Amino acid sequence: MYDGRKILLGLVIFLIAVTFPFWFSWVNDKSGFVPEPKLPEGEENCVESAEYMKALHMDLLNQWRNAVVRDGRRVYVSSSGNRYEISLTGTCLGCHSNKAEFCDQCHDYVGANPFCWDCHIDTSASRGEGK
Amino acid sequence: MDESKRGFLKIAGCSVLGVLGAAGMRTATDVGPGGKAVESSTTLNGKKWGMVVDSQRCLEKEGCTACIEACHRIHNVPSIADPKEEVKWVWKEPFEHSFPTQAHQYTKASLNEKPVLVFCNHCENPPCVRVCPTQATWKREEDGIVMMDQHRCIGCRYCMVACPYGSRSFNWQDPRNALQGGINPEYPTRTKGVVEKCNFCAERLAKGQEPACVEACRKSAGAGALLFGDLEDPESEVSKLLSERYSIQRKPGLGTKPQVYYLV
Ligand code: SF4
Ligand code: SF4
Repeated sequence: MYDGRKILLGLVIFLIAVTFPFWFSWVNDKSGFVPEPKLPEGEENCVESAEYMKALHMDLLNQWRNAVVRDGRRVYVSSSGNRYEISLTGTCLGCHSNKAEFCDQCHDYVGANPFCWDCHIDTSASRGEGK
Repeated sequence: MDESKRGFLKIAGCSVLGVLGAAGMRTATDVGPGGKAVESSTTLNGKKWGMVVDSQRCLEKEGCTACIEACHRIHNVPSIADPKEEVKWVWKEPFEHSFPTQAHQYTKASLNEKPVLVFCNHCENPPCVRVCPTQATWKREEDGIVMMDQHRCIGCRYCMVACPYGSRSFNWQDPRNALQGGINPEYPTRTKGVVEKCNFCAERLAKGQEPACVEACRKSAGAGALLFGDLEDPESEVSKLLSERYSIQRKPGLGTKPQVYYLV
């Protein structure tokens, strides 16, 4: 009358379905995946501290963009007093020379799809490296 | 006047002066965690950039495209054959089209149907700027260049309708597919859906270089038909030429005040 076996079976199927994301990634060993952006060799410092760049490089780039395009100010004097030409292709890619191994690592992981490269030139792609 | 009112007026006056002074002296933008963006020390500074085209000298080299090639190569301007989709910053237009108000039925044979070099006039009163809903195109106060901010352009093409000279082109297709000659990595391309035009080589002026067309005209073509300089500086080559020789502007009756002058 109470169909205990059917209910039990249903519960088991339900549990398997609900926990699917967990055991699927465990089985596929993706659970601990961490993107690994490749840092340029022989370079110690970015234009600002690594912590700042990790968290807020997009803010810096937006401000750089406005400084160059709107105000005609093309030189960045960093908080430590170093001078850099403000240029995505020239300065950023000048060190981080492989976009696929650096930018794309985290951007792909979090599904960020910035359209910088629709116009700015990815010199690693034109050299035939990267993707 | 009682003390408190006088004190208030003093403080108010000082604050206004202070704010005005700070705005006037602003030469750096605060950027990032304590950094600053400043002008490059190589920048050529002018109060009002302008161009003088010596039409006769240009005509002596009929068929020459040195300036156009240099500009389009340096700025990654795509070459698209279809006139409905073509993109151009600088090109040649027959006299009667570039100067419709000057041409008449007996226009000198030396001018009629002859090609005239045309590009954005960097108008003093630019209608394109007035209509742009996003301020993607604007006139630089400091030197008069009518700039484009490709990041802001939404591709509405109001500016193209407003410009009476056809100086602007719309990217109907991905321009990268039409850059068979190769891409100059020093300058970005554009993307499908934005408007572009001549920028008086703002990026080269910042490096202390003259516009690419002017350089090509003098060096590659040896014509020296293009001259660039500060119209506010009475000692500049362009100012001197304009004060000595007769010059005309394109469609001056429209009140746009073009800053490109033609010696005829
Ligand atoms: S020529 Fe056309 S695009 Fe250039 S400033 Fe004048 S109106 Fe604007
Ligand atoms: S097409 Fe771009 S630049 Fe022209 S009016 Fe529209 S937003 Fe402004």
